[in-house]
Amino acid sequence: MSLESQLLQYLFAGLTLGSIYALIALGFVTIYNVTGIVNFAQGDFAMLGALITVTLYQRTGLFNRVITVDLQLPLPLAIVVAVILTTLIGVVLYVLAIRPARGASVISLIIITIGLSIALRGLGLIIWWTDPYPLPVFTPGPPIEIAGAVLTRQNVWVIGTMLAIVIGLYLFFEHTLLGKALRACAVNRDAARLMGIKADQMALFSFALGAAVSAIAGIVITPSTFMAYDSGTLLSLKGFVAAIMGGLTNAPLAVVGGLLLGLVEAFGAGLLSSAYKDAFAFLTMFVLLLVWASGLFGRRLVEA
Amino acid sequence: MLRKAVLLFLVVGLLLAVAACQQQAQTPAPEPTEAPAQAEAPTEAPEPQEGEPYKLGVVVSVTGPASALGVPERDTALMLMEKINAAGGIKGPDGLMHKLEVIVEDDATDTGQAVLAAKKLIEQDQVHVLIGSSGSPASIAMAPVASEAQIPMISLASSTAIVHPLLNDFEGQTIEIPGKGEHTIGPGETVIYLSRLYDVDPKAILEANPDLPQELVRPWVFKTPQENYPVAQVQADYWKAKGVTKVGSLGVNNAFGLDSRLAMKAVYPKAGIEIVADELFQPKDKDFRAQLTKIKGLDPEGVVVHATPGEGAPITVQFRELGFDVPLMQNHGIGSKAFIDLAGEAAEGVVFPIGKLLVAEGLPDSDPQKEVLLQYIKDYDEYTNGAPRSTFGGHAWDAVMIAVRCLEKVGPEADALRGCFENDIKDFVGITGIFTWSPVDHVGISKESLVLVQIKNGTWEYVPPEQYANVP
Repeated sequence: MSLESQLLQYLFAGLTLGSIYALIALGFVTIYNVTGIVNFAQGDFAMLGALITVTLYQRTGLFNRVITVDLQLPLPLAIVVAVILTTLIGVVLYVLAIRPARGASVISLIIITIGLSIALRGLGLIIWWTDPYPLPVFTPGPPIEIAGAVLTRQNVWVIGTMLAIVIGLYLFFEHTLLGKALRACAVNRDAARLMGIKADQMALFSFALGAAVSAIAGIVITPSTFMAYDSGTLLSLKGFVAAIMGGLTNAPLAVVGGLLLGLVEAFGAGLLSSAYKDAFAFLTMFVLLLVWASGLFGRRLVEA
Repeated sequence: MLRKAVLLFLVVGLLLAVAACQQQAQTPAPEPTEAPAQAEAPTEAPEPQEGEPYKLGVVVSVTGPASALGVPERDTALMLMEKINAAGGIKGPDGLMHKLEVIVEDDATDTGQAVLAAKKLIEQDQVHVLIGSSGSPASIAMAPVASEAQIPMISLASSTAIVHPLLNDFEGQTIEIPGKGEHTIGPGETVIYLSRLYDVDPKAILEANPDLPQELVRPWVFKTPQENYPVAQVQADYWKAKGVTKVGSLGVNNAFGLDSRLAMKAVYPKAGIEIVADELFQPKDKDFRAQLTKIKGLDPEGVVVHATPGEGAPITVQFRELGFDVPLMQNHGIGSKAFIDLAGEAAEGVVFPIGKLLVAEGLPDSDPQKEVLLQYIKDYDEYTNGAPRSTFGGHAWDAVMIAVRCLEKVGPEADALRGCFENDIKDFVGITGIFTWSPVDHVGISKESLVLVQIKNGTWEYVPPEQYANVP
């Protein structure tokens, strides 16, 4: 394998990883913008989405093999149902855990989301036990070979899904009334409320959207990385780093942050040392924060 | 009011979920056997013929990345407790029957929790033998705890450094290897490793370096799985038979991976196999394409992976995705059905050295372990309602049965038990191998207890030694 094709291979690996981080980061940004909450259960929605899909798609023993679910839905249908269910879980969690505490400080709300993350992980453990679960690749077939490097079909799915969601979200926020209302909440919640926008409904909607995006992210990566009840934590962490790189409020920058993080990890592990793969990611975040500190964090956190 | 009620409901729900999850982690899964705490309560008067229960404290990774190891280990220990107690218990040297009490703690694949669990078992439950943990990092962390409390411990993990003291405090220092020159001590190294690397008697190394701790083995710590060293020897035999002279390596960056890679570095070069890449990944990583790409760039003739199923399976899938066309070798870390279930078609063709349990049916009838193996497979299948056999459960079988053998012989006193382990465990036919422990050997099994296995059609296939061993 020549150096050029190796570099290309790192590029593919980085873009795939980065796409996932970008999707999780988008969830963070969407919820943060509308509600001011950093939702640390973001990665756990990815876990839920993937594991529900697995349960619907193949024969799965639940509650330590006490109940066996044998629906065997076709994969596309299983995915759609799983995304809808995860979205509903996001809504229910908002109604049960966040809304009753809406008068509380932002910090309290963030702590609630940490509690939610722990609870979801506990729930995942009880239902699916500790086994990791796989899914089949969406479109089986030989990988695409470009100049000696291989891009698997699932990688294409991951990157494609990310692009589709970014474009979809852009159109939604820019060209629909609901999207504009959400953005209005993001810009100034009080003013938005005075304009007759129901801020509470918008917050609820942002949780639904965040959960749905995360669920999709979890589902597309499962064929090559598998999913277990505790896989959400690392996803949350990396997604959060990506979102921070984008300033937590800026969706396009969060996507760039996610991709950058993935590329840094892949090239760092490949060219320098694989032992410090995670260290490169966090180092990058520190450097970026140091350089852009004021611009990145934005004013929101200071006000809060 | 409604809002408060909902909030209250949620809080209670959260608490329940957390409590349930902890309980799940700590109590036995297949059937809730009687809780140890209850057994201790002096409510029921013991029968006159019955002595105090003999207690085994078992720390295993029921949750976390090593759960594929910990769950069968826990189930095997509980199964043996049930069987032994159903037969009346253990007849001690005092002539009384003693119930066997197995107290299981989950360390969640975390070294800190393993140490806490070990302390709890030793101090609160006052167990007579400590067994565990599933993984090398946790076992290495537990070893000093057991040593300090002077309680015999039997680990279920592979690293050399579990039973042989690490030279961590001397890292970076240069020592003299008699007749071979100097060596700078690196991470994870032990005197026994240096003796294998340089083919020198370990005692000679200690004599030449009086500053080093003069203890070759930790007196209180034993273990039942094979070390990584004989595993590397079997791997090297296979590579030689296949004419492979340069391999790439990918290993987990923890004590297990380190030990396995050290063993590889001590064995491979002597067998004429060059290690062209020595890549690492972090536990819980999910994407290994960068490392695999780097290895592929170096054109190895074979790839060896040091991992457990949690990471070993995605590595295997991504290895196939990247279109490698060389043999993929792993080590005994992937010896459970979970690996095949996860990796699916990608697992086909993977070879790895492992104990005989997985291919017990294919062994010749003359094999002295065959009967014990088949019996264990049958018992375990019945006890767990069809859970697949696992080498790791076998390690727990060996640890529990060796402990029981010595409890029978010398009773629960720690010094006597340790003496029994060192002097009376001879040709003990177990699941992992035929054990002979001694004051200088707390592992007691080596290369002869391993077979080479290849995954074919979703199951393990025995590769007869004629196909790879003793090739010049």
